[in-house]
Amino acid sequence: MIKAILIFNNHGKPRLSKFYQPYSEDTQQQIIRETFHLVSKRDENVCNFLEGGLLIGGSDNKLIYRHYATLYFVFCVDSSESELGILDLIQVFVETLDKCFENVCELDLIFHVDKVHNILAEMVMGGMVLETNMNEIVTQIDAQNKLEKSEQITYTGLFCIGQDFSRAGLAGAPARAVSAVKNMNLPEIPRNINIGDISIKVPNLPSFK
Amino acid sequence: MALRMVKGSIDRMFDKNLQDLVRGIRNHKEDEAKYISQCIDEIKQELKQDSIAVKANAVCKLTYLQMLGYDISWAAFNIIEVMSASKFTFKRIGYLAASQCFHEGTDVIMLTTNQIRKDLSSPSQHDTGVALTGLSCFVTPDLARDLANDIMTLMSHTKPYIRKKAVLIMYKVFLKHPESLRPAFPRLKEKLEDPDPGVQSAAVNVICELARRNPKNYLSLAPLFFKLMTSSTNNWVLIKIIKLFGALTPLEPRLGKKLIEPLTNLIHSTSAMSLLYECVNTVIAVLISLSSGMPNHSASIQLCVQKLRILIEDSDQNLKYLGLLAMSKILKTHPKSVQSHKDLILQCLDDKDESIRLRALDLLYGMVSKKSLMEIVKKLMAHVDKAEGTTYRDELLTKIIDICSQSNYQHITNFEWYISILVELTRLEGTRHGHLIAAQMLDVAIRVKAIRKFAVAQMSVLLDSAPLVASSTQRNGICEVLYAAAWICGEFSEHLQEPQRTLEAMLRPKVTTLPGHIQAVYVQNVLKLYASILQQEEQAGQPEAAQQATQLLLERLPQFVQSADLEVQERASCILQLVKHVQKLQAKAVPVAEELSALFAGELNPVAPKAQKKVPVPEGLDLDAWINEPPSDSDSEDERPKAMFHEEEQRHAKPRQAEVDEEELARRREARRQEQASNPFYIKSSPSPHKRYQDAPGVEHIPVVQIDLSVPLKVPGLPLSEQYVKLEEERRHRQKLEKDKRKKRKKEKRGRRRHGSLPTESDEDIAPAQQVDIVTEEMPENALPSDEDDKDPNDPYRALDIDLDKPLADSEKLPVLKHRNAQAPKPPEKEDVPVVEKKSKKPKKKEKTHKERSRKREEGRKGDDLDFWLSTTPPPAAAPSPAAATVQLGVSAVTAPKDDSEVTRREQVADEDDEALEPKKSTQKKKKHKKEKEERGKDKKSKKRRPEREEATEPVQNGAPQEEPLPPMSSYCPLAENAYVKMTYDVQGSLQEDSQVTVSVILENHSRSLLKNMELSVLDSLNTKMARPEGSSVHDGVPVPFQLPPGVSNEAQFVFSVQSIVMAQKLKGTLSFIAKDEDGATQEKLDFKLHFSCSSYLLTTPCCSDAFAKLLESGDLSVSSIKVDGISMSFQNLLARICFHHHFSVVERVDSCASMYSRSIQGHHVCLLVKKGESSVSVDGKCSDATMLGNLLEEVKGTLAQC
Repeated sequence: MIKAILIFNNHGKPRLSKFYQPYSEDTQQQIIRETFHLVSKRDENVCNFLEGGLLIGGSDNKLIYRHYATLYFVFCVDSSESELGILDLIQVFVETLDKCFENVCELDLIFHVDKVHNILAEMVMGGMVLETNMNEIVTQIDAQNKLEKSEQITYTGLFCIGQDFSRAGLAGAPARAVSAVKNMNLPEIPRNINIGDISIKVPNLPSFK
Repeated sequence: MALRMVKGSIDRMFDKNLQDLVRGIRNHKEDEAKYISQCIDEIKQELKQDSIAVKANAVCKLTYLQMLGYDISWAAFNIIEVMSASKFTFKRIGYLAASQCFHEGTDVIMLTTNQIRKDLSSPSQHDTGVALTGLSCFVTPDLARDLANDIMTLMSHTKPYIRKKAVLIMYKVFLKHPESLRPAFPRLKEKLEDPDPGVQSAAVNVICELARRNPKNYLSLAPLFFKLMTSSTNNWVLIKIIKLFGALTPLEPRLGKKLIEPLTNLIHSTSAMSLLYECVNTVIAVLISLSSGMPNHSASIQLCVQKLRILIEDSDQNLKYLGLLAMSKILKTHPKSVQSHKDLILQCLDDKDESIRLRALDLLYGMVSKKSLMEIVKKLMAHVDKAEGTTYRDELLTKIIDICSQSNYQHITNFEWYISILVELTRLEGTRHGHLIAAQMLDVAIRVKAIRKFAVAQMSVLLDSAPLVASSTQRNGICEVLYAAAWICGEFSEHLQEPQRTLEAMLRPKVTTLPGHIQAVYVQNVLKLYASILQQEEQAGQPEAAQQATQLLLERLPQFVQSADLEVQERASCILQLVKHVQKLQAKAVPVAEELSALFAGELNPVAPKAQKKVPVPEGLDLDAWINEPPSDSDSEDERPKAMFHEEEQRHAKPRQAEVDEEELARRREARRQEQASNPFYIKSSPSPHKRYQDAPGVEHIPVVQIDLSVPLKVPGLPLSEQYVKLEEERRHRQKLEKDKRKKRKKEKRGRRRHGSLPTESDEDIAPAQQVDIVTEEMPENALPSDEDDKDPNDPYRALDIDLDKPLADSEKLPVLKHRNAQAPKPPEKEDVPVVEKKSKKPKKKEKTHKERSRKREEGRKGDDLDFWLSTTPPPAAAPSPAAATVQLGVSAVTAPKDDSEVTRREQVADEDDEALEPKKSTQKKKKHKKEKEERGKDKKSKKRRPEREEATEPVQNGAPQEEPLPPMSSYCPLAENAYVKMTYDVQGSLQEDSQVTVSVILENHSRSLLKNMELSVLDSLNTKMARPEGSSVHDGVPVPFQLPPGVSNEAQFVFSVQSIVMAQKLKGTLSFIAKDEDGATQEKLDFKLHFSCSSYLLTTPCCSDAFAKLLESGDLSVSSIKVDGISMSFQNLLARICFHHHFSVVERVDSCASMYSRSIQGHHVCLLVKKGESSVSVDGKCSDATMLGNLLEEVKGTLAQC
């Protein structure tokens, strides 16, 4: 189970928080602060797993995070999730955001947190992974957007006037997360491990008589 | 109206949308809170408007504010309004807000039930989807109960998008409403094979999540998952399945064997590291489950560890972390294999990454031994010194203490060293764990008697050292150690070198700056110390010195009397008065020391945690019953107390006195006194008042204060623990030399061993430095052993521990709202529910026993399917007696996995060896197997239980070391055979009746006709009679309660009563039946001879070696022996054969010699001593009946001759 998904920037400002267990608003803020505190003090080239995080459930839980440019993507999961699997999932999430926002940057997340929520909802539902196929997710989001647009015709364009110049105004400052995403190489498998031999040594049963 | 609409849209033009809000907040950085409260006011206005668009916009903004930490629960009703909007755009906003802020405590949530139901059945898949997503976040028990049926319907929706969401949300529904699990499970299982991979993945997700908590309920799904694992290409699904298998293998080692190959294939083929890692992890789990109990097979574990080492040495930090994580799994079962990689683990302690350091620390915990403890702790201490950041340092501190104190200080050989380590730890700046160190000091001082003198010396130095006291003024937890120090110095004051000095140290003015609870301990122990000083001085005849001490107390105690802390104040004034009194007596030269120290006489023993809880409630004591009658309300205020007690006395005392005479009372009193004497918790009213002390120092309750210290603390005059390390090394060396000498002098007593320690092989040489006597914690007499302590009664997953294979009962149906469901797509619904109803009606009419039997049969069958899938060879062709099988099924919940493993192993071997050894038998079996397979396909109902008799009378469980797999054995022997039917049978002594045996006959129809009207008639002998239905004569047969269609076999049981069991006997009998095929029916007969061997009267009865020895010594057993030559079978298998065929159990086995025991149904004891020579086996027997023994040994000889 995924217990919580948090996105915050390098300064600890929350950009998205999704808790799959009920917490009061105060506790949620505390968790975000604590998580930021834990994650931000870690070097760039250390592992992506973190134990602790006292607030969000016992020893079974882990923080798994990735750092893209200005943003931290943190998943808090229990032991039923595969650590590397979640890392991949974060990657899928970011790539999906990138597709849906066309070159995603922190500002997209700032101004369209509702959309980010909608994308996330197609990936993770109630703490369980719903879909890992990026194309499937994007298809659903597109379909929903289309439906939304068809509904908005009656409400004219008034409703989304703000959107268009939102990026123009402030877009200069934050670095782009996208390129980082694209070039991020996922941990390569050390091919020399050759774990397969294990099977040969499986308890050799002494023959009977 | 129209005007209003226009007005609404104009208003909206000036409304802020989410983007405006965000921008506004960014532009008001300095007065953000003010700006937001302004916005919230605006939002409140917007929510009052009629337009749903405005409301939705407001709710959308609220959702954003919620993320920033603002409580938006006040808008819950508006959120529901937006949820019920007809437009998807708004609906989605509403559900998002609800999912962010609704929880079980939200009171309006019940209003959503119908809205959600409507959305779930909406024709638009997006509406349904968004409702499901929302519901998954805020489902409550009520919602789960009310909507479970609707969601279940959606699990069969035409659109995969809805199906997968519905499947996934079921997990949440199960959690909140566990009753829905059983009715929904069949469909969930069905979804594992859904054509859409997404739905499949969702179903796997849900079942994995369920199975993780209660794996045993899901074992029967293993074949299905196995299929998925080999067919699926979705890595996510594969990871989930593989993780699930990791949880299942410990329960079913046969599964592990099956898994190895596909897992290996995956490891070779996959390019996803995540999948590869999980495969490795599960392979480890498999190996652990396979090799536990077989120490010889740790080689494969060793290999795994080596592979993990490669991972840990990898430059990728993630892999390093995961390698360590996997390593800790191996550590739990095979600590030795991991111990050899200590260097690597210690190296990881130096890693810059804290996650990795913490993992390495975890591993260290399991790696210490007596030998390595000091070295490891030394290394950790070095880390403590250079660690930056208190969190990690505190973690190190707790780990050091954990490592040292684990399993009753098992690894500590030198407690002086440990005390000095603890003292060194007190120098840590700003640690939060002062109370931990204090608890350790107290524990060691109390439980290790030999160390007290040393501990007292160290503690007095601690008390004397100023910095610790000084530190207390700042926020620091370390002063907690003074609590322990003061208590130890006071309690064991007889060991103090300079009691006066310590007394003075404890009475320093600075002490008053310590936290109250520590001061209280100081004050109390000052008195103890004072008492012991007085005693010493009086004995030495130095009244002046004693008076000096009195004077000191009188001077210093007043500072505590002024304390703001009540406890300190009270104790201090009490003691002050006492000392004043002592002073008066001293002035008159009256010796007081004796009386004063009597205040503290007696030894304090440690009490086990939860001991109090475990005191059993005496029989007849009802803790909930009123001791006094509750006062009735009608009584008037003033007369109540009087009346109550008066009445009480009358009511209780009178009748009792009438019954119980003096003698009885005296007897009871005596009994009570004795009971109290042996009860450690009873405070005796002996003349010297016992002292008590607050057991667990209440440090946990004290607010922990933190401190930043700029100057490192140093405790002067303390021995460094390193010295002890060196000393200990020397000591060990000496000891070793001595030991070698001793060895030369041949046998001598072993080195002193500490009570309660379990030395490992390599550790055995090291004896502890002091004569260490660990006082074990006391438990109350007849404490109830309860394992439930660890279980959390609030665990939500416990409710989901539900047997999923039982058929559904009527009451378990999901509530259906009929009028609503009319529009919902219903067809699949019909499949399940009617079945449920049908079933529910029947059982009521039928007999209860029948119901149970059918249930058990079903269970058996289910077990079979799994067994069938797991076993690679067909099981022996015989079927067990239903009685045995049912008994066994009852137990199998616990023991089955273990038993099964043995079966597999045997069957595995059979696979390899049977063909070579007994080609005929093996091929025969294969035929049968094929036949059975066909049966399965043809007619599921005729499926019969598979033989598992081996398990029922499992011989090797009895304690013989399991080294080798055993061959398959069946106790069923052929009885008779003709063209139609084949009979095999087995005779078992009945456990309940002392002179009855049960004969189980398997009838196998290998003709093409239907066999019916089968009847078994046996000619009774004088000694043995068949039990017949009431009213039938001696010559009547007993009908077989079933018919046999072609190719089917089934088992019937017949009971015989036997008078004398010392001799084997044979009974003649006939099976008559009608064979019916297309051409017609014929009457047929088959004659047979039933052989009752002496062994069949024996019951496998375990016997402990002590009882066995006594039995042999008793001398009233007759002796006989046999010898068989030319035996090449291994001793292990030999024993197994004797156990199996002759119903013996192994009492003890030493090398190639074993003692065995069994008991006959009439209570004869039979003892065997089996010895194996080069190629011969000799069996000496002792039995209470000589004839029986002779016959038995003949039978054993027969068995051995076949070996």
